[in-house]
Amino acid sequence: MATVLDPTGAPAADERRASRRGRSTAPGGRRRHVPPLLAVSPFYVLFAVFGTFPVLYSLYLSFQDWDGIGDMRFVGLKQYGWLLQDSVFWHSVLNTFQIWFLSTVPMLFLALVLAFLLHSQVRFTGAYRVAYFIPNVTSMVAMTIVFGSVFAQAGLANSVLRAVGLDGVGWLSSEWGIKSSVAIMIIWRWVGYNALIFLAGLQAIPTEHFEAARVDGANSRQTLFRVVAPQLRPVILFAAVTSTINGLQIFTESQVLFQSTDIGSTGGPGQEGMTIVLYLWQKAFKEHQFGYGAAMGWLLFAIIAIFTIINWRLVSGSDRDDRRPGIAGLLRRKGVRDGR
Amino acid sequence: MAADDRTTSNAGIGIGSGSRLTRICVRAALLLGVLISLFPFYWLVVMASGTTQDIYRYPPKLVPGPHLLDNMRRVLDTVDFFGSLFNTIVVAVLGTALVLFFDSLAAFAFAKYEFPGKKFLFGMLLVTYMIPAQLSLVPQFVTMAEFGWAGSLNALIIPSAANAFGIFWMRQYAQNSLPDELLDAGRIDGAGFFRLYWTVALPLFRPALAFLGIFTFIGLWNDYIWPLVVMINPDKVTLQVALANLNVLYNSDYSLVMAGALMSVIPLIVVFLIGARHFLRDLAAGATKM
Repeated sequence: MATVLDPTGAPAADERRASRRGRSTAPGGRRRHVPPLLAVSPFYVLFAVFGTFPVLYSLYLSFQDWDGIGDMRFVGLKQYGWLLQDSVFWHSVLNTFQIWFLSTVPMLFLALVLAFLLHSQVRFTGAYRVAYFIPNVTSMVAMTIVFGSVFAQAGLANSVLRAVGLDGVGWLSSEWGIKSSVAIMIIWRWVGYNALIFLAGLQAIPTEHFEAARVDGANSRQTLFRVVAPQLRPVILFAAVTSTINGLQIFTESQVLFQSTDIGSTGGPGQEGMTIVLYLWQKAFKEHQFGYGAAMGWLLFAIIAIFTIINWRLVSGSDRDDRRPGIAGLLRRKGVRDGR
Repeated sequence: MAADDRTTSNAGIGIGSGSRLTRICVRAALLLGVLISLFPFYWLVVMASGTTQDIYRYPPKLVPGPHLLDNMRRVLDTVDFFGSLFNTIVVAVLGTALVLFFDSLAAFAFAKYEFPGKKFLFGMLLVTYMIPAQLSLVPQFVTMAEFGWAGSLNALIIPSAANAFGIFWMRQYAQNSLPDELLDAGRIDGAGFFRLYWTVALPLFRPALAFLGIFTFIGLWNDYIWPLVVMINPDKVTLQVALANLNVLYNSDYSLVMAGALMSVIPLIVVFLIGARHFLRDLAAGATKM
């Protein structure tokens, strides 16, 4: 690439290459490659500076002991060793997985149900879509503050329970209360989004398939499992992978929810709301242990990678003939969410 | 007649026959879902328009009160709301404009031109998706500090000024909707690469730009962890960080915090409602066409 951009490079080689492609007649010779290369370059320049370099640097940092101001001290693999013995870290891993499970399973189920319901409607479909999608576009900070007041001891959730004669729940003070509160926020935010993805998958199934199933005498159960489920598999795979990647990086809900009551941001009573990214943030930016934070970033990356692969295997199933989504398709779908 | 047919055939998919009772139940369930989906916004309005005492009263007050403007004025007196709103608008608008420009330019080159290293570069584009943002949170902050950008809006705009998703998605669009004949006609008229991009490609990209634009705008507007980390100067923050700070400092004054939350949410909801039709259609299309 560099030789192409370099005007003093060997012109003969380029001429040959150009004529081999049968394009030697193109005006400007190899100069014609300059505009498209310039056009694609901004992304690669930005990625080199703000993507590749930080990733490599984080590997280097994870072998150092550094507070961000003083001198770095090389400690080898000790950060990773300390991390593996850090009970708070393991607690945060456990919390993250518990919250992820509590939120993802009901969320995907509700989204499927909602997609079927929406699919059977012909009226007001646009309005339904907007209404169900709005939670996903609103600021997580603002909505966490709203949910925080709903789940407070004297908040709306407990008032409703009291009104129907039940005892209040320690939503923000007990182990499972905290996890359920965070999970409910995630469910509220993502059900509509996933339902619209599933709905798009449903609408892509040709109607002839349903006709054929009906002609063959299939009941609705059989239609669901034999016609709809196989066709929806790639879409469900996408939703499962996205939810895993997002779910393992929960931060805002836990951080904002307990921010005002404990300044150290330890994730609420008993640290039951402490997630991996919250712990990373706290160690790196509150306690200035940059090496430790960098090491945690790598462990998080490893956990996400392993889980994505497991998820993929599980949902894409064992049958080989199934049309598996290519990596490009999968990544593209993931991108629908991660804008950055 | 036709609509009726569609209802019954669709309803046959998984939820039993399209009897009248079933249809009423489906509609009721959908409406209940809409209520759950929208209730937190209503509740936000109720809390933002009441007093702090109202919020924890039993039985709770379920209708908006008369103090909305009062509470909003107190927000303006307490925090630099317009300052952080301005910062957020600058980041979201400039960031979106840069993403739209760089992504569509690169997509145009990838879709319609041959150049050395194209395959390799495109493959690399896909690989960059694999890296989660949180992995490099620490070194990215250090990089910004080295650049002298910690605390500056540059740190929020420049690193995300071009993204792999947008390029990939726009290229897909360009391949399907930008006819070669049109470009050839432009070439005969003597137009070069950038002229063709600007006068031929860009106008045809408009629907794709609308989707990518709303998508990017929402993402930049709502981003929290990165501005929280990198905006080290407490006087210069984005709306999300300002709201979180307000929540910490005045957590006993709920109606104030809720008014702040409401004020931070409204601009984005307006933007979304304006572009919702485009956005939701393209979101669905992007997820199914592989």
